[in-house]
Amino acid sequence: MGEPSQLAVIDDLVRRRIEEILPAKIEEKLKEIQESKTSSLSIIATKGTLDWAYPPYILASTAAALGWDVSIFFTFYGLNLVRKDVSGLKISPLGNPGMPMKMPFGPEWFKGINWNIPNLLQAGIPGFESMATGLMKQTISNTGVPSIEELRSACLEADVKFIACQMTVDLFGFSHDELIDGMDYAGAATFLPVAKQSDVCLFI
Amino acid sequence: MHFDKELDARGLNCPLPILRTKKALTDMQSGQVLKVVSTDPGSVKDLAAFAKQTGNELLSTEEKNKEFEFFVKRK
Repeated sequence: MGEPSQLAVIDDLVRRRIEEILPAKIEEKLKEIQESKTSSLSIIATKGTLDWAYPPYILASTAAALGWDVSIFFTFYGLNLVRKDVSGLKISPLGNPGMPMKMPFGPEWFKGINWNIPNLLQAGIPGFESMATGLMKQTISNTGVPSIEELRSACLEADVKFIACQMTVDLFGFSHDELIDGMDYAGAATFLPVAKQSDVCLFI
Repeated sequence: MHFDKELDARGLNCPLPILRTKKALTDMQSGQVLKVVSTDPGSVKDLAAFAKQTGNELLSTEEKNKEFEFFVKRK
């Protein structure tokens, strides 16, 4: 006659014991899974000027150096970053009040001058953008910052996945030959699951 | 400190010191020590983070005459 109540007592004890030890166990297991998981980064690169070329490549190469899984989805003007020849990337201070215009040559006091050239003049002088680009490239090499080509090679060597948006490739009439080898061509539906899984997803 | 390979990263800016370190370590054997010399002040934190993330041990960090010397042990 005492059996059901004995079972009930045992049940109750077991339940209480489980409730005691379970939270700690779960936390331990979760932590284990977290630590053994490889971090991942996905980047959507949409801009094609020299200044916007750096963030995706620097973040991707650094994350790859830290052992992360990295994917970059190039779309719209971001396709400029995966052309075989990237020496044509430009930068313009026109309408870009955030960009300082300092000369990368001459004595220190000269280099410190910020030439605030009015937009009207910038727009009117032919070749202004090419000049600004040239000066920026000089500044970049003066400060030991790597070139885009170098960063891109580092990414490719580190197995960063390069994916080009097929739609914008067609839109801008790029042929696969103009773009670097080893690229995947896909659409948003392919990339979104990748983005979903990644720990960090950036829209650049 | 004894080291098996030296990497001169002077004059290189982020992220090159890390990228070059990673490349140099890949070619080395487990347990070997890589000496990295850098002039980039950012590399101090970067190398510490790199060591933590990749499991390669950062044995020591020293600053000498505006240069930074790191010893990293290949895991």
